[in-house]
Amino acid sequence: MGITRPRNYELGNSGVMRFSATRMYRKRAVYRLKKKGGDKKQPEKKSAEVKKKQIGGDKNGGTRLVRVNRPPKSYQTAEVSRKLKNKKGCFSKHKRNLRTTITPGTVLILLAGRHKGKRVVFLKQLNSGLLLVTGPFRLNGCPLRRVNQIYVIATKTKVDISKISIPDRVNDAYFRRKVLKKPKHAEGEIFEQKKEVYSVSDERKEDQLTVDKSVLEAIRAHPEKKLLFGYLGAMFSLNNRQYPHKMIF
Amino acid sequence: MQFKRFIEIGRVAYIAYGPSKGKLIVIVDVIDQNRVLVDGPCTAVKRQAVNIKQLHLTKFVIKMPYGLRTGLIKKIWEKEEIEKKWAKTVWAKKIASKKLRENLSDFDRFKLMKMKQARNRLINTEFGNLKKKTPRVPIKKRKPNKVIHEKKIKIKGM
Repeated sequence: MGITRPRNYELGNSGVMRFSATRMYRKRAVYRLKKKGGDKKQPEKKSAEVKKKQIGGDKNGGTRLVRVNRPPKSYQTAEVSRKLKNKKGCFSKHKRNLRTTITPGTVLILLAGRHKGKRVVFLKQLNSGLLLVTGPFRLNGCPLRRVNQIYVIATKTKVDISKISIPDRVNDAYFRRKVLKKPKHAEGEIFEQKKEVYSVSDERKEDQLTVDKSVLEAIRAHPEKKLLFGYLGAMFSLNNRQYPHKMIF
Repeated sequence: MQFKRFIEIGRVAYIAYGPSKGKLIVIVDVIDQNRVLVDGPCTAVKRQAVNIKQLHLTKFVIKMPYGLRTGLIKKIWEKEEIEKKWAKTVWAKKIASKKLRENLSDFDRFKLMKMKQARNRLINTEFGNLKKKTPRVPIKKRKPNKVIHEKKIKIKGM
């Protein structure tokens, strides 16, 4: 026999498959194979439902079988409304996926946000599922930053950042937006009031320096370091007749 | 224009599209105006009927009788070193370079761009030096042709 083709196929170029997941599950009938072979779980021993009880009195037969757990005496007549269960759980417990092409040290191309078009180095995935990324700041002005992986192109280029240590405080809470205070109308004069302006905190500057130092060292260790420096500093762009869906990154 | 490459028995052709796209075959038999029987024992193409529209003809022709068996075709093919000759052609080189370009990664593309810049810089400086060395030939100014000019005016006035 030749190579067996997959039974499921795409309808046109629509991205929709002919058979749904459930139908393929039925068709493939893997569950049947599992039943035949595989390790069979031994059924758990049920605790005895009934118990023999000595009964006193002459005409009571001596013993009687009595239920261990008695059924409730009364049942509710009306159904109580219940909350539906959420299988996924809350956001913090969601399963995080990372594209296989993205590994620590991968050079990514940012596609959205104010740093779009820049090539940055991926450091690690945070608990929220967002990617921690740095320019390094000195090369292209992209600081330590969180990015969603859907707004990113993963390239084949990688920097060996196995020796890098990222400060523990750099987590999701670290990147939360700070609420800036607005001036109240009642106090003081209108024109003297100042809005609180966002400024980069000292700890961020410090972390940026420490992380970037080690990242830059890692880049220096790359065999084509000179070009890599230029590469990370340059913006990504498309020329004529370059179709991103047909390109390899 | 005179055609030089024909659909003929023994003609080596390149399959432009379809399942065995990009492979070399040889025409074994002509079935009708649209289809030919082809075989490519050295390029993993089974003996089959193929629409002529799929075929781009190369300049190579193998001398062989029509309907030759696969094994014998293989022998002749190897003896003639068709694939070696094919690799030397500009056509094949273009295909190879195209494939190479397609497989470049983003970093490779960047490196290519940098190398091109370096090359162009060399060429331009050299060109500039040559330009400096060669004396400038003054461009002669053409005198306006009076006669024609007058004629034009006359015609306008008429």
